[in-house]
Amino acid sequence: MGRASTPAPPIRVLIAKPGLDGHDRGAKVVARALRDAGMEVIYVGLRQTPESIVDSAIEEDVDLIGLSCLSGAHMALFPRVLNLLKAKRLGDVPVFAGGIIPDEDARALKKIGIRAVFGPGTTLEEIVTTARRIARSHA
Amino acid sequence: MSPTARLPAAARAVVGGDRRALARLITAVENHDPAALPDLRALYRRTGKARIIGLTGPLGVGKSSLINGLLALLRAQGLKVGVIAVDPSSPFSGGSVLGDRVRIERQVGDAGVFVRSMASRGHTGGVAATTREVCRLLDAFGLDVILVETVGSGQVDVEIREVATTSVVVLVPHLGDEVQSLKAGLFEIADVFCVNKADLAGADLAAKDLSELVSLGANPEGWRPAVVTTSTQTGTGLDVLWSAIDAHEQFLDTKDLRRLGERRRLAREIVALVRERVGRELTEALDRDPDLNRLLDGLVARTIDPYAAADRLYRDVRGKG
Repeated sequence: MGRASTPAPPIRVLIAKPGLDGHDRGAKVVARALRDAGMEVIYVGLRQTPESIVDSAIEEDVDLIGLSCLSGAHMALFPRVLNLLKAKRLGDVPVFAGGIIPDEDARALKKIGIRAVFGPGTTLEEIVTTARRIARSHA
Repeated sequence: MSPTARLPAAARAVVGGDRRALARLITAVENHDPAALPDLRALYRRTGKARIIGLTGPLGVGKSSLINGLLALLRAQGLKVGVIAVDPSSPFSGGSVLGDRVRIERQVGDAGVFVRSMASRGHTGGVAATTREVCRLLDAFGLDVILVETVGSGQVDVEIREVATTSVVVLVPHLGDEVQSLKAGLFEIADVFCVNKADLAGADLAAKDLSELVSLGANPEGWRPAVVTTSTQTGTGLDVLWSAIDAHEQFLDTKDLRRLGERRRLAREIVALVRERVGRELTEALDRDPDLNRLLDGLVARTIDPYAAADRLYRDVRGKG
């Protein structure tokens, strides 16, 4: 190596849909918006288990994880992802969420450590800005 | 003192099987972080054991699916497998969507597999500038086989040759007539041709055209590329594909070509490292040194020509070194 550091390495973000849920249009739209914002998006898509999401997060050394869920199982799946991250020493990787998530659940999810919850109608600009703000900086 | 005790911390963790340490070191390599240099240097002597197999070919031919099939096959043989999947970075935003993991099915928690996606980050040729170094890290981690998937490649994307010891060119039926296969570039680098999607009509014809190409003569090293047909849809041909890859790997060993090829690649690598360093020094010298800076004014005023100015710059910097 011995090369000069590039000014700012791109943010690496994992986009995953845990559980049984066939609708990935929202996740794809968000993936593309983050790509257009200069991020490297590792898109793993549908039917991921919390375990496989955490495995991917480790191997890809991501700075950020985005979870999408439209099936209603978010209160079962998201906390499991957070707990597994902590168990694997990845508790410092911020997680944001999107999907059909009632306000009450969103509050509960934020309480356990989900950094942001985006519902229908959120602008892509807001998602990108928030993602940039909460992404773990490359240590 | 144990043999690993003298290694820098991150290198020691990688050798000890720490997946997170490996992942972070890969990031450091991708970002050209100079802090990783001691670890890379220390790990180098632990490399050279893994077989590095490249899969290249146009986009959509099924490279990721083939890797998924090979992964299962090799794990069943007890081999530890690394996968590096390269996807393009946007020339506009610099961002990318790395989607190859979607195709890869694996057992959760399988310590014998490590998959990493890489963005090309503006590098052309089919791989990222640091793919070779990342392969080395996976090698030092103790993986037996490293499968490298290039970006969907065009006719001139042949840099996988600098990374892999065996290159598989993956094609599908109806990509063009047999004259396409005579053209220079991609078709020249194949050690194995794989006609994927053999469940589709036209696969036999494509394989026949390639077999005719291969029958025209062996490559300069004396190897005649194998032609295999596969279908990841039906799961057929993957064992034949691996046998063909393995046969080429054995050919490299029996003809001493592995050592010779590596020697050539490493020569190019160190020349590139020096070129980069000298290039940086020259640029810095031009910026800093007022005498050299005046050369630029002279060039603009046409009192000196670029060839003479280059001579002057080169002599000046070399004299100081």
